[in-house]
Amino acid sequence: MTVMQHIWIVLGVLFVFLNIAAGLIWVERRLLAMWQDRLGPNRAGPLGLFIVLADTLKLFFKEDWIPPFADKWVFILAPAIVVASVLMGLAIVPFAPGIVVADLNVGLMFFLAMSSLGVYSIVLGGWASNNKYSLLGALRGASQMIAYEVFMGLSLMGVVMLSKSFNLTDIVAAQENMWFIVTQPVGFVIFFIAGLAETHRLPFDIPEAESELIAGFHSEYSGMKFGMFFIGEYLGISLISAMTVTLFFGGWLGPAFLPPVVWFFLKTFVFIGIFILMRASLPRPRYDQLIGYGWKLLLPLVLLNLLVTGAIALWLRS
Amino acid sequence: MLETDHIHTQLIQRFGPDAFQQQITADRILTLWTSKSNIVSIIEYLKSNNFPFLYDLCGIDERDRAGKEKLPVADFTIVYHLFSFKQNEFVRLKVALTGEYPSLPSITALFPNANWYEREIYDMFGIRFEGHPHLTRLLMPLTWQGHPLRKEYPARATEMGPFRLWDEKQDIEQEALRFKPEEWGMQSHSEDSDFMFLNIGPQHPGTHGVLRIILQLDGEEIVDAVPEIGFHHRGAEKMGERQSWHTYIPYTDRVDYLGGVMNNLAYLLAVEEMAGIKVPERVKVIRVMLCELFRINSHLVWFGTFAQDLGQLSPVFYMFTQREKIFDIIEAVCGDRMHPNWFRIGGVAQDLPQGWDRLVREFIVHFPKELKQYNDMVLRNSLIKARTKGIGVYTLEEAIEWGVTGPGLRACGFEWDFRKKRPYSGYEMFDFDIPIAQNGDCYDRSVVRVEEMRQSLRIIEQCLNNMPEGAYKADHPLTTPPIKKHTMQDIETLINHFLNVSWGPVIPPGEAMSCVEATKGANSYYLVSDGNTSSYRTRIRTPSFAHMQMIPYISKGYTVADLLSILGSVDYVLADIDR
Repeated sequence: MTVMQHIWIVLGVLFVFLNIAAGLIWVERRLLAMWQDRLGPNRAGPLGLFIVLADTLKLFFKEDWIPPFADKWVFILAPAIVVASVLMGLAIVPFAPGIVVADLNVGLMFFLAMSSLGVYSIVLGGWASNNKYSLLGALRGASQMIAYEVFMGLSLMGVVMLSKSFNLTDIVAAQENMWFIVTQPVGFVIFFIAGLAETHRLPFDIPEAESELIAGFHSEYSGMKFGMFFIGEYLGISLISAMTVTLFFGGWLGPAFLPPVVWFFLKTFVFIGIFILMRASLPRPRYDQLIGYGWKLLLPLVLLNLLVTGAIALWLRS
Repeated sequence: MLETDHIHTQLIQRFGPDAFQQQITADRILTLWTSKSNIVSIIEYLKSNNFPFLYDLCGIDERDRAGKEKLPVADFTIVYHLFSFKQNEFVRLKVALTGEYPSLPSITALFPNANWYEREIYDMFGIRFEGHPHLTRLLMPLTWQGHPLRKEYPARATEMGPFRLWDEKQDIEQEALRFKPEEWGMQSHSEDSDFMFLNIGPQHPGTHGVLRIILQLDGEEIVDAVPEIGFHHRGAEKMGERQSWHTYIPYTDRVDYLGGVMNNLAYLLAVEEMAGIKVPERVKVIRVMLCELFRINSHLVWFGTFAQDLGQLSPVFYMFTQREKIFDIIEAVCGDRMHPNWFRIGGVAQDLPQGWDRLVREFIVHFPKELKQYNDMVLRNSLIKARTKGIGVYTLEEAIEWGVTGPGLRACGFEWDFRKKRPYSGYEMFDFDIPIAQNGDCYDRSVVRVEEMRQSLRIIEQCLNNMPEGAYKADHPLTTPPIKKHTMQDIETLINHFLNVSWGPVIPPGEAMSCVEATKGANSYYLVSDGNTSSYRTRIRTPSFAHMQMIPYISKGYTVADLLSILGSVDYVLADIDR
């Protein structure tokens, strides 16, 4: 590939995902409204699509307030980290054969590393705000993310064992005959749960918990800095959905009547929809229940999954 | 009556005949005047003899009362209402006090819920309670001058002169807002840790109104919680003293603003008792039907917001949709939705409109199905169960000690419903059950409320099928608006009508207390008339006040997240607390 091609792919991925993230404003609100017997935003433009524009404009024109009691530079840095880390994570996702920003041989490790960085935005944002609600949110966020990171990584090791590679293109290719959802259902469930926790979406929105902590770690944020957290969350949803598709649902693979890229995005949108459905239907557990659930139930389960997968893989080879 | 006579004799045997002076009241509750030196021992005696429940505690400024010569000499009176579940009787004790700013001994050592009631009396009348642990203002700001329910205190803003905020005054007010934990009875650190103080409110999505709860936190664990109330205080009791008996009805709508006409009923029962009005059967049934519609309505609001407090976003939309359907019925009948102001002294404002039965029947047919869905969605959800089971637990003894009524009491396994036990407005004619639960935690309180909606529906169905024919207002000269039928034939009726329209009715002197099972618990209006066009004293006993007072007690040791479950499950309305 030429340098120009690379640049086009990078720009293309950026363009597509930033637009998806923005578009999710509309998608989420319309879907939630549908499930909640409401109409949702339907006035601006066709089907209310321009709400995206209106929301973005609003965020840009809001006063970009930095509280005088906040730690100014950290306060500014925090929202940037969330967007940056998620976008970096998207770099290793193969959308179709050849369309990938960085075809790393340790792609999966890179993804885990980047998603781990996301916790910094919560901790720093909550700390720098110098607000008690933010601090509580940040503390909750930190312990939640650390707990769920552990088995997010472990849940994927089954896939790695079966495909014998950390490279995502190889992993997709290894699913030519059978998607890993069939052989790794437990891995999928746990990865998806961990993914919900990573993006701190309901029922894992403990760091925000609007009925308890106002808006948790980003209570003090306004304007485009808040917008960054907002976009970061939607990007995170897209990333986890894209990764779920890549790792367990055969990535771009699908019957030939549609091009691979289309298959990939179709599957991804299904998972984005599930993220939103979760939000529409589930209540929020308490923070200690959530952490307990992670360490006491999911961790043993994921280890067991690993053990069984390894045993079967060895047995098949012999 | 036999029961109360029995208590009377017992008390006289114990304390001697000179200790008491009996007063006959319109509501036939045993009313005894006594002295302040005796009151604590009398209450202690009653508490250990079947009267374990301090129902209400209020003050009266007697200085302007017409016809007070017949009563014991008093400038101020403190009125204690004790209740016995066993004998199903109230006892009213009155302590006469003389002097500008008198004082009397506190009973907080006997009843923990006397704490806020005594603070309220101090706040409103300036009467001091000796031995009270923390006698500060409760409803008014700490910097407030004067005591609003005293008769010399103006009831209208125009009587007070223009408001001015001088620089110094602003500084004082600002300084008064500075948070000092000690002033609220809290320590800023213990031996091994510094505490964090977190203000839940006055602006907070989880408090359902303007309420401030100061949390003393060790990590996320609640060491202590101090509610600050009064942000919603509008002086509803003071307004009762300047509105006519009739024009006060709309104010009652806004006390428990989710209860709508149920508040009218509580007020009117007391007024009608004093006026000696017997309402026709049709009025009773119409009133019951609307009250039960409002009960379902209020419980639906609770159900939705409770789920939302626990992080479930969707239920509130379904429940509010359903609530709209009830509002459609209420609007068709009353012409208004939340505050219909539709009951009148001696009846209701109009007859039921044509076609009301079709609306109600439609609702009765489809609501159970919906309710089952909501129940499956919220209460059968395992995450909700995990958030609410074993949280905010209190036992039956604690509930009684703190003055808990309504679903909160029934969730402790005690089958007590004033509709059943002391029927009013014809509830004795209806067939319904009292739902109870056993554990007294957040979950059980919720289960009781959901079942109550089903029972309310049963009552509404019986109203629908057995609506009696007849007048929608009693044939009595004191009803409002006054009956106009014969005004053009005889001059007496015309004069009477003219006076009742222009001044409003004059309710004969007397005292009465109603007691209704409102949406959140027992709601009472204790009215004192001195034969005037407006009440001499209007005392509103609201359930939420007692329930809010208990929140620190039941939330200690839980986390911030649990506090929200507790607040949600207690189901209070801020206007009902502050009045």
